[in-house]
Amino acid sequence: MQSLLERNVILLSIAILVTVSIGGLVQIVPLYTIENTIEKVDGMRPYTPLEQAGRNIYIREGCYLCHSQMIRPFRDEAERYGHYSLAAESMYDHPFQWGSKRTGPDLARVGGKYSNEWHTEHLIDPRAVVPESIMPGYPFMATTPLNFDDAGEHLKTLRAVGVPYSDDQIANALADLKTQATGENGDGDVEGLKNRYPNVPLGDFDGNPDQLTEMDALVAYLQMLGTLVDFSSVDAKSIER
Amino acid sequence: MAEIEKDAVSGRDTTGHEWDGIKELNTPLPRWWLYTFYVSIIWSIGYWVVYPAWPTLSDYTKGVIGYSSRGELASELEARDKSRTVWTDKFAALPIEDISKDSELLNYAMAGGRAIFAENCAPCHGASGSGIGSYPVLADDDWIWGGAVGDIYTTVNYGIRSTHNDTRLGEMPNFADEGMLGKEQVSDVAEYVLSLSGGASDNASAGRGAEIFATECASCHGENGEGVPSMGAPRLSDGIWLYGKTKQNIVSQISTPKHGVMPAWVDRLDDVSIKQVSVYVHSLGGGQ
Repeated sequence: MQSLLERNVILLSIAILVTVSIGGLVQIVPLYTIENTIEKVDGMRPYTPLEQAGRNIYIREGCYLCHSQMIRPFRDEAERYGHYSLAAESMYDHPFQWGSKRTGPDLARVGGKYSNEWHTEHLIDPRAVVPESIMPGYPFMATTPLNFDDAGEHLKTLRAVGVPYSDDQIANALADLKTQATGENGDGDVEGLKNRYPNVPLGDFDGNPDQLTEMDALVAYLQMLGTLVDFSSVDAKSIER
Repeated sequence: MAEIEKDAVSGRDTTGHEWDGIKELNTPLPRWWLYTFYVSIIWSIGYWVVYPAWPTLSDYTKGVIGYSSRGELASELEARDKSRTVWTDKFAALPIEDISKDSELLNYAMAGGRAIFAENCAPCHGASGSGIGSYPVLADDDWIWGGAVGDIYTTVNYGIRSTHNDTRLGEMPNFADEGMLGKEQVSDVAEYVLSLSGGASDNASAGRGAEIFATECASCHGENGEGVPSMGAPRLSDGIWLYGKTKQNIVSQISTPKHGVMPAWVDRLDDVSIKQVSVYVHSLGGGQ
């Protein structure tokens, strides 16, 4: 058969087509069943503009090189990090932050585990709070003003790749970003923000109310990771795969 | 293209390819390799039957043994919980105060509590509760919100100034910012507060501060600065300082106070774990 295919260009073309099609189908068909892959759970929402800005910094600084955001369904991971990650929990991630290489701990459920103050101190100098840490410090974030003029554009771009941001969310992106970072103490529309983004962590995240820094954005992002789905309301059988 | 011919030495056919007089032998794959390959293909078909394999339009093939990695984890955790019920049932049933009376439960709580503490609490409170910076030491007998095991249990459950509705909440007013005390007065009070632990250097100033303390501070910190744990007002008379021991530190804590935050753990850890870690923290040194 080998020599037959090698000698007949038509047959060879057909054989190539069949082989490539199989490879393509295996990769493409599952994309059409993604609806079945993503668990149906309550509570997921797209990132707020401030969280999204923090996420961009997270990616810019390469945090993913040492920290994964995917708790695998193993006993040791469940005992250390909590409930295993669901596909639904990263459905608005572009790009996702999964991984298995962990020089540092998994961060999929780090939200709410420590105080804002701790995160800020830890990012400025990890050894100040965790003496054995080998993480580099990021002290410049506490003094670098956040560049947020394009908050709405980021949301628009994400909508283009399928994140369901509403017109309302896009129109209010800039205001929402500032409101989240000032919280109840500012004059922003906190109620509107909470309506647009349920379960949003509020406040001055970096302990410096005078300036909106990259630290504010990154800590806001870290503080919401893994906090959206209320697992007490999830039927365990329905998410078994 | 040369003719396919039989090679005299090996007895095999050539492929018909020839380069500068060098001909290529058409040696087949070793039989053992080829058969292993075929067997693997057949084996994989067995896998499709037994394990989840193919996506379908609305679901996927589940396989005859119904394996799922998440299901396996669930049964593993269930088995773990079952094997621990001997102890965990008692933990759940007993009030937190009575756990350490049973030496077996105490041992169990110490071992479990240590592991829970190392993962969840040590990043702020340090290994073995030695304290880091402005995160309180848990291994001494100075307790801001009370050091009885029940107090510790409440603090761990709901946190301090956390986002939980039942959080412990105490706030020191900004005495300078809100214009309640002038600069001189703040300095006098600070001097008096230092004198409570024998650290004052200006007795006249401390004397003036005592009067201000009685009207402004004593309602929370107690008449003699002994602290009121139910309000989270720290004891000021023991020479243990959360935000520094210099007069400068104390002045800044009166005029622009810092407030630490501890997260609520009630939604993150189960009740038995919180009981264990509370008993562990209580045992670290200064439980009341």
